[in-house]
Amino acid sequence: MPSAALLLIIALLSGAAFIAGRSRALALAGAGGLRILNSLPFYYGTLTAFWCALPSLLVVAIWSVLDGVIIRQMVGELVPPAAVEAAGGNLGLVMNQVRNLAAGHVTADGLDPGIVAAAERLVQLERVNRWAVAVVVLCSAIFGALLMWLRIRPQLKARARVEDIFRWALLACASLAILTTIGIVLSVLFESLRFFQRVPVTEFLFGLEWSPQTAIRADQQGSSGSFGAVPLFAGTLLIAGIALLIAVPTGLMSAIYLAEYASPGVRAVIKPVLEVLAGIPTVVYGFFAALTVAPMIRDLGLDLGLDQWMNISSESALAAGLVMGVMIIPFISSLSDDVINAVPRSLRDGALGLGSTPSEVVRLVVIPAALPGIIGGIMLAASRAIGETMIVVMAAGLAANLTANPFDAVTTVTVQIVTLLVGDQEFESAKTLAAFALGLVLFAVTLALNYFALHIVRKYREQYE
Amino acid sequence: MSNTNNPRAGQVGDIKTIDLVRRSLARRYRAETRFRWYGIASIALGLFFLLVLFVEIVGTGVDGFRQTLIRLPVKWDPPLLEITDARDPQQLEQGNFEAVVRVGLAQRFPQVTDRREKRELHALLSIDAAYALRSLLQKNPELLGGETALWLLADDDVDTYYKSLLRGEPFTARTSEARRAQIRELMQTGDIRTGFNTRLFTSGDSSEPEMAGILGALMGSLLTLLVTFALSFPIGVAAAVYLEEYAPRNRFTDFIEVNISNLAAVPSIIFGLLGLAIFLNLLHFPRSIPLVGGLVLTLMTLPTIIISSRNAIKAVPPSIREAALGIGASKMQMILHHVLPLAMPGMLTGAILGMAQALGETAPLLMIGMVAFIVDVPHGITDPATVLPVQIFLWSDNPERAFLARTSAAIMVLLAFLVCMNALAVWLRKRLERRW
Repeated sequence: MPSAALLLIIALLSGAAFIAGRSRALALAGAGGLRILNSLPFYYGTLTAFWCALPSLLVVAIWSVLDGVIIRQMVGELVPPAAVEAAGGNLGLVMNQVRNLAAGHVTADGLDPGIVAAAERLVQLERVNRWAVAVVVLCSAIFGALLMWLRIRPQLKARARVEDIFRWALLACASLAILTTIGIVLSVLFESLRFFQRVPVTEFLFGLEWSPQTAIRADQQGSSGSFGAVPLFAGTLLIAGIALLIAVPTGLMSAIYLAEYASPGVRAVIKPVLEVLAGIPTVVYGFFAALTVAPMIRDLGLDLGLDQWMNISSESALAAGLVMGVMIIPFISSLSDDVINAVPRSLRDGALGLGSTPSEVVRLVVIPAALPGIIGGIMLAASRAIGETMIVVMAAGLAANLTANPFDAVTTVTVQIVTLLVGDQEFESAKTLAAFALGLVLFAVTLALNYFALHIVRKYREQYE
Repeated sequence: MSNTNNPRAGQVGDIKTIDLVRRSLARRYRAETRFRWYGIASIALGLFFLLVLFVEIVGTGVDGFRQTLIRLPVKWDPPLLEITDARDPQQLEQGNFEAVVRVGLAQRFPQVTDRREKRELHALLSIDAAYALRSLLQKNPELLGGETALWLLADDDVDTYYKSLLRGEPFTARTSEARRAQIRELMQTGDIRTGFNTRLFTSGDSSEPEMAGILGALMGSLLTLLVTFALSFPIGVAAAVYLEEYAPRNRFTDFIEVNISNLAAVPSIIFGLLGLAIFLNLLHFPRSIPLVGGLVLTLMTLPTIIISSRNAIKAVPPSIREAALGIGASKMQMILHHVLPLAMPGMLTGAILGMAQALGETAPLLMIGMVAFIVDVPHGITDPATVLPVQIFLWSDNPERAFLARTSAAIMVLLAFLVCMNALAVWLRKRLERRW
């Protein structure tokens, strides 16, 4: 990691470069005045500062990515094979020992002399590394600034050059969105492929039993936990389905009332209040679901005597789905509100003029016209419900039951990702990799939903513009 | 329908139509009323849930802001404390303050003699009592040798029982009859009361509910948000400027836009997976630090900030741009000197809303290990930390009943922060945004 001092030095040097470049431009202008310069002196200074900072920052970035790997490689060669074997063939454990020794957390007593030597080498290499990075960065900063400084001429199009750099910087920032997507795809895909080497894709996608916890023991044959994800998919769909069943009618009717019936005053009060529901953190909903709703649902099930026919659990799909539905209401209502308002006034006036009641206008004219947009909104809400994590983690439970009974505990894709990855894990185990495979499925499904939804919404918007 | 060649048909038609309309009118009006009520019922349902949520959280949370204290006569007895000079830090460090507490309790309840009962009696007070005595003596060395009556922190079970008793619905599950008798005795002499729970705001997490606080989580949230804001605001604004002012209409620009709108809808937990795979496993950052949390939240909030910044830039009228360009400004000057300052209120509003979203986010931070049990209050972006929503999650998972009220109290604090941020955003929009 680059030390703060190094970054501070680069900043100071860039400041100095700015002043040097600016004064050189002023000196060149001399008696002739600023008019003979192509650009204002400010731009000559800025350009020099860029040439000082950018190459050195690049060096810092590349260096800090590579140095750890290279040092580990060089020290790793020194570790005697016998010590690795003693640690069960795990080089990482030995390297931890070396690192602890080098940092002075443990004493060298009773350790393999090879490890002691490696630790000494590590200390030495790190010292060399610190100095080397400082020297190289300083050199590149000064060299870059000097190179630019010497090239300052009155004819130099400093402003145009600065603007080019500015533009490229902006483009880089905009491209971060693409990089993030690529990062997500690669990180999830890469680990999933490693998972599918151990567990066949078909077993994962179509297997009916999910019990990754049995794969904890390392000496188990081929980490034989079962990774059939169908119960998770079913649980996710059940909860998301309940949520949508609540949110779609409620959200849609609220939107219609606010858009078509409510007076401006009522609308101005109710709309923001409903949107408060969307601003409440999901962990609060989760707490509410687990604390209040789940016991209520269980008692309701028991009071109705439903326990004769079905399993009633204290953590139920219904509790999680209900609360999630409430969370999604404002999402649906604000999206529907947008599309309903986009339906042209003339369509409504035409229908009213023919003698329709307002509700007939809504049902027979506005809704059909807005339908694509509403469906797009519902799809977005569905993707949100599928990817929602905290509510289900806190209220839906861990039991991978394959059931359609809403009073029973089910588990979802997101719950399993959290359970598999929270806490200390070993990155190589099938259990951990399974979380990434689930992540891949989740990403693919939500991406598809979002993509089509956005497509539909955009198409629809164009239709009336 | 009105065919003049056939008078009968016209007549029949007219009568029929108007009859049909008249006959159906009542039904249609009923449908109209019904439809209207569906709308009102839907809105009422949403508001009802909101109300229940708040009532429930506030109802369980107010107790979390109060703390039970017990008054105890404390004898600062030098031989018992094993302290001869209260100004000597080492003696203070090794002083036997527990013994003083024990003696004080024995003095207060002389009837307790049995060994087991004595141990239970000692548990009337929190283990924090001894620490409190130490810091008090440190500040006032002249107390040594004297005697003072002090309000000391009660144990969490006593706290829960006493508060439930005050509400009139005693929760007796975790207290013995002997202890309840002691509490009643304390109540008769006025030696037990509740006070404002300052510990909640001045200490980090603890496994003892009465000593647990949210300061560590608040600092963690603050540091994480600082990183998030420092990265996502400049990058988001830069991306928005590029897309609005520079980007040519081509495939690449379209691709960027599709990516941004898709990322805005990707589940947050996926960003956690990204952070785990890239920052922790590839780049070997330490676990549980605000820096990594901030990086993950940056990637997550970036789409929101880009979209709102673009809207703010779009709202600046083209005439401003044309005027700047017309008097010889370059494109960069036009953007930096004119467009950005005018769009700034809108962009800040969007950024604050993005930060509010990031403040409430839990799932991605679970993935990068910010769920650890951390007692120390973090001071830098590379100290292990947790954040407020994760703290809420951790406490809500804790089986100790006394954590229930504190969880709700922490939720109230979190909601208060969110309300403030949203209010700030609304205020900014109202005050600073210009209408063209």
